[in-house]
Amino acid sequence: MDQLLQHGLNALMLGGTYALLGIGLTLIFGIMRVVNFTHGELYAFGAYMMYALAMLTGANFFVALVAAVVLGVALGAAIEFVLLRKLRGADIDTTMLVMIGAWIALQNAEQLAWTGVAKSIDNPFPAAPLVIGAVSVAWNRVFVLVVALVLIVATYAVINHTRLGRAMRATFQDRDTAALMGIQIGTIHTATFALGSGLAAAAGALLGPVFVAYPTMGDLAAAKAFAVVILGGLGNIAGATVGGFILALVEELGAGYISSGYRDAMGFLLIIVILVFKPTGLFARKERIG
Amino acid sequence: MKSALTALWVAFLVSIPLWMTNQYVLHILVVTGIFIVAAMSLNLLLGYTGQLSLGHVAFFGIGAYASALVSLGFNVQLAPGVALALDPKPVWCGMLAAVLVSGAFGWFIGKISFRVRGAYFVIVSISFAEVMRLVAVNWVELTQGPMALNNIPPLTLWLPGAGERVFWKKPENYWLILGVAVVSYVLIRRLVRSRAGRAMIALRENEPLATSVGVDVTGYLVLTTVVSAAIAGAAGALYAHYVRIVDPDVFLFIYTVTMVIMVITGGKGTLAGPIVGGLIFGLLPETLRAFAIPPEAQWIVYGALMILVLYFLPAGIVPAVRQRWQRRRTEAAAGADT
Repeated sequence: MDQLLQHGLNALMLGGTYALLGIGLTLIFGIMRVVNFTHGELYAFGAYMMYALAMLTGANFFVALVAAVVLGVALGAAIEFVLLRKLRGADIDTTMLVMIGAWIALQNAEQLAWTGVAKSIDNPFPAAPLVIGAVSVAWNRVFVLVVALVLIVATYAVINHTRLGRAMRATFQDRDTAALMGIQIGTIHTATFALGSGLAAAAGALLGPVFVAYPTMGDLAAAKAFAVVILGGLGNIAGATVGGFILALVEELGAGYISSGYRDAMGFLLIIVILVFKPTGLFARKERIG
Repeated sequence: MKSALTALWVAFLVSIPLWMTNQYVLHILVVTGIFIVAAMSLNLLLGYTGQLSLGHVAFFGIGAYASALVSLGFNVQLAPGVALALDPKPVWCGMLAAVLVSGAFGWFIGKISFRVRGAYFVIVSISFAEVMRLVAVNWVELTQGPMALNNIPPLTLWLPGAGERVFWKKPENYWLILGVAVVSYVLIRRLVRSRAGRAMIALRENEPLATSVGVDVTGYLVLTTVVSAAIAGAAGALYAHYVRIVDPDVFLFIYTVTMVIMVITGGKGTLAGPIVGGLIFGLLPETLRAFAIPPEAQWIVYGALMILVLYFLPAGIVPAVRQRWQRRRTEAAAGADT
């Protein structure tokens, strides 16, 4: 029983960042119809920026975290502006292949810049874990969960309660009508991609200090983001939030009770099973957002 | 005229090992040839049916493992008391097994994954390849996991009268792979010019329309996947017996990407496309290496090239060249008239 409780707690800690990753990816797909293969690289970028700022320049941990997210937003905006703007209206396969090209280029640029050696990032939290009854959890994981939840709530607020958010929702529902109503679709796309990328970078900057930063870390993160998004239904933000926690739980239980080697396979198996039997995701009757 | 040109080309390709004494160049050509076969099989799905299958390396890897395991033999405990064992078999059995097993996986994957299209299909296909990689990493009893399958016997060929011949040398491997490539090419050409090929193209261009005129869309998609997977499996088997070591890295996504780049650069949906693209991207790494460019930079160049091709040559090199020729010919004809 205690073991089960511990797995549940671990899943809760992990689920927040999975949800962050998933929300970013699902936003970009929902609004732009772009399957963003660079998502994992933005995650790795966040972690490496955290390393560069906190370890190399010696900046304060929390300042570095904010700066890493801001840089992620900037990189996302740049990718959208340079690569995707011209492709608006192109078929989904073309944009997918372009994003795969960008993914390979970015990942190898990271490898070239930081070498293949994993980088660890110090964190300012006490090393002794927080013990609650029979279960325990590290303080830095608690911090990660809290920040992830704050970012999730903030994203909801932006989408549901701001002008930008309203324009995004309108673009999601009907791009052409939104354009006719005077919404600058180009700006909305840049903002969406920047926001989604910022969330991925935040997840990387948060988890970088928990694990280590290495060049191919983005691949697994991207795979998990895809699993989360598919669990929730492409374009469904609430679905992605819940999906993040479900994936984390399935992984924890799979690793705990089946075999830890297959931990990362759980996400892919979930993807296959769900797409084959319920392609619209677990929650949505049809693709929706917000 | 055209068939004479083709014969000349094949004769040239066959003659290469006779005058090319540099073993390293032959090695590059063998590896390039294997990838061209794989790219041709991907082109069947990507180019003719229009399905962006990004898990194609799974079939390549399954072929490599199947052939290696059959020729090495294995003994696996499936459940207490239930063992799955096989004594080492000749290499040709392994190759045959590779084709059959990959084809069977193609059937299964086609059956389940063609319930969805577009982005969903792409993600299912990638996931399938990743699951295969993780199985190869974790099922140590069967695959040796990251320790890899070693000492895979080299390719052999049984000829009537000459008995069994073991291919230790590069030229023999080259000829065998050239043979497989030619057979695959002819097979694919027959397929795409048949009724099935017309059905594939119809569903690529307009699936609802194809369905409405009675094309069994899913049936043809599954058929294409089986053929495509079987050819990819053969390429994987050739790879296993040529390199003689197989580890879970054969399932890496980067190899699928290499095949995809070859197909789209050369021209998807054309017979020559994967060959042209395969030659470019098979030989490019060696050229870059000659300039002492690190592999990471090479991959950055790949990624950038892929984007540039999609922007400026969306149909690929072969259709672009063909179009230019045709224009020149019509211009010449118009010039002769006046």
